[in-house]
Amino acid sequence: MNKNEFVNTLPKFSGANEYKKVERKLVNKKATSSTVKFLKSMPEAFDELKISDGMTLSFHHHLRNGDYVQNMVSEEILKRDIKDLHYAPSSIFPTNEILCKLIENENVTTIDTNYLNGPVAVTIGEGKLKNLLYLNTHGGRPRKIESGELPIDVAFIACPTVDKNGNGYGGKGNAACGSLGYAHSDLEYAKKVVLVTDNLVDKLDRVELDGKYVDYVLVVDSIGDANGIVSGTTKITRDPVGLKIARNTAKLIDELGLVKDGMSMQTGAGGTSLAVAACVKDYMIKKGVKGSFASGGITSYFVDMQKAGLFDELKDVQCFDIGAVESYNTNPSHHGMSGSKYGNPYDDPVVDYLDFVILGATEIDKDFNVNVATDSYGKIMGGSGGHSDTAHGAKVSIITTNLIKSRLPIIKEHVTTITTPGEDIDVLVTERGIAINPKRVDLLEKLKDSKLPLKTIDELYDLALSITGVPNTLPTHNDVVGVVQYRDGTIIDKLYKIY
Amino acid sequence: MRRSTLFIPGNNPAMLQNADVFGADAVIFDLEDAVNITEKDNARNLIHYYLATHSNLPMEVVVRINGLDTTFYQKDLEAIVSDNIDTIMLPKARVEYLVKLDEILTRLEKERKLTKKIKVLPIVELAISVLEVNEVVKCPRVDGVLLGAEDLSSDMEVTRTKEGKEIQYARSAVAMACKAYQLDAIDTPFTDVNDPEGLCKDCGNAISYGMNAKAAIHPNQLDTINELFLPTEKLITWALRVEKATAEYAAKGIGVFSLDGKMIDKPVMERANKILVKARKFGAI
Repeated sequence: MNKNEFVNTLPKFSGANEYKKVERKLVNKKATSSTVKFLKSMPEAFDELKISDGMTLSFHHHLRNGDYVQNMVSEEILKRDIKDLHYAPSSIFPTNEILCKLIENENVTTIDTNYLNGPVAVTIGEGKLKNLLYLNTHGGRPRKIESGELPIDVAFIACPTVDKNGNGYGGKGNAACGSLGYAHSDLEYAKKVVLVTDNLVDKLDRVELDGKYVDYVLVVDSIGDANGIVSGTTKITRDPVGLKIARNTAKLIDELGLVKDGMSMQTGAGGTSLAVAACVKDYMIKKGVKGSFASGGITSYFVDMQKAGLFDELKDVQCFDIGAVESYNTNPSHHGMSGSKYGNPYDDPVVDYLDFVILGATEIDKDFNVNVATDSYGKIMGGSGGHSDTAHGAKVSIITTNLIKSRLPIIKEHVTTITTPGEDIDVLVTERGIAINPKRVDLLEKLKDSKLPLKTIDELYDLALSITGVPNTLPTHNDVVGVVQYRDGTIIDKLYKIY
Repeated sequence: MRRSTLFIPGNNPAMLQNADVFGADAVIFDLEDAVNITEKDNARNLIHYYLATHSNLPMEVVVRINGLDTTFYQKDLEAIVSDNIDTIMLPKARVEYLVKLDEILTRLEKERKLTKKIKVLPIVELAISVLEVNEVVKCPRVDGVLLGAEDLSSDMEVTRTKEGKEIQYARSAVAMACKAYQLDAIDTPFTDVNDPEGLCKDCGNAISYGMNAKAAIHPNQLDTINELFLPTEKLITWALRVEKATAEYAAKGIGVFSLDGKMIDKPVMERANKILVKARKFGAI
């Protein structure tokens, strides 16, 4: 069976709420142990763990583009020429370029991840991965692991500080990255767990990764480059188009009655998202509102809002900048959470308690379907991450994007790749107008007297094309290289080889 | 009637593409100071094709040409005069230049069979122009005056400050001349784009002298300008009450009456009316 035929045998997406009809599937967590073995080198780890052809190895991406651990493992695989491995990192960044060689040599033949960009994405797009790329969501990955759909043989968990009992913590050490939320499922469900650290201490006061699940600790010189792990600061955009979008978004949020005591919100770390947060903050202060929580990847901006008393707590699955890491270490109201608690549809996730979420889009279509996985050529350049999870969970999901980026209209007749279904997208805010998903009659009713520039998505589409003209459609390749898995595991779209 | 005007360099495609989205009452596509001498041709072409092809033009399209004391203005006018523009902005305006510009525009409008008459916004930015401003406002096509404080300060050999004491006289002169002929008195741009508080203060100063609009050099300045150059909520409420009371007393044949213990006569009614016209035009009511 070739890849195209195989993909057609996988369960297809049939609705964002269909998971509710299926009972949660849980396999047993791994056995716990009170002992942990210390390893001195990666070769020793490979020998000890008997890493061999066909195994599944997992990693997390909290060290982002500063990660050394996945690369260390990859180098050892390359030396030993182990074949047909299944890699399951929570994300893949440009720094993981060595994985391209492993793909080309068929050392790695299947990949599960939630987000990828850079050379590995290009290599997969060129059709070089023997089997499939499964592009999951941040909530879908833990669901896939806990259900046994993604059994992990060995989890290599980079951990900035580890104690002698095998407990781990991400907030301290040379490669401190804060919350290690995406590693929790790997820790609890992988057959074998190796914490890889460059900072071994006698005893940790605060533990995030419980040593009872840890089989091995591997101490290395360095697990990552601090400069690539966190950005110094994340900044509000100065771009006037982005600011206009942000101001209108905040106005909309206010008019929808979402700025109220107990409110909860999430935004990304991009400049426009932070500008929305800044504008919402102004409304909160003006109205004397105190929110319950802000969640997601946490930035300094939200840390400052929480410190200013605008939120009771921060729920943090990953820290985006140094300020967030510092807060994670010192602020008792800054709580870590697992990827499962964040977005797993079966884990009563935090996303289900969000009043609103601000999300981006590389494309959106007239049915409000959103693409954040590929560009309009079909080239892989991202992935859902928490997009689909938060869009489904939040009471109001808002896409903010320029209507036209450079010369290209962002609204399409049909998006190149669906990552988040239109049924979960409520609002699109652009610099030239705001479109409400007609399914959200309640929102339209609330906005019936609004002076905001409300338009239908068809009107915005026509407006965009009147400026840009109709872009030529490109010929597409028929060879499937991967699939986009919705958070319930069904296939919402396919990824194709690019020319 | 304007509250704000926004300068956009004529050779910047990305900014041209978004010129209509920032909420400026008029957008000034610049061919003069923002465009290097080596870029003039490019800018002319870019503005020409932008105006000819873009389906969403700003509320008012203004093009700042190079001064009539340069060798560039003729090519500027050849490239951009069409029904797609509303207004020409003339730098270093003098009465003699305005007369000459009117002649050229009249010829081009006739040759090109334009369906409308192009207006002119002179920039008063020379000491001599300040002295001439009472005549400038009487020139054909003049629809308002922009005070250009940077060049004026240079001409006056004074330091330009945020407080703006050095332009008090010019602000008064421009505002007085414009108000006398019911034209827009447009205040000079506030050049520190990273000082929103300074911008607010500067707007307040300009308003106190009678300026009724202000130029922006960055889109991020527009919200502040548009808000501050609109009548305040308190003024609008007062004007609405005056309007209502005027109608009620007029029905009884009474032309002068008292409201809140203050006499309301024709000048007060006219002031209330001006406030309401502006508030209605910009959607504040």
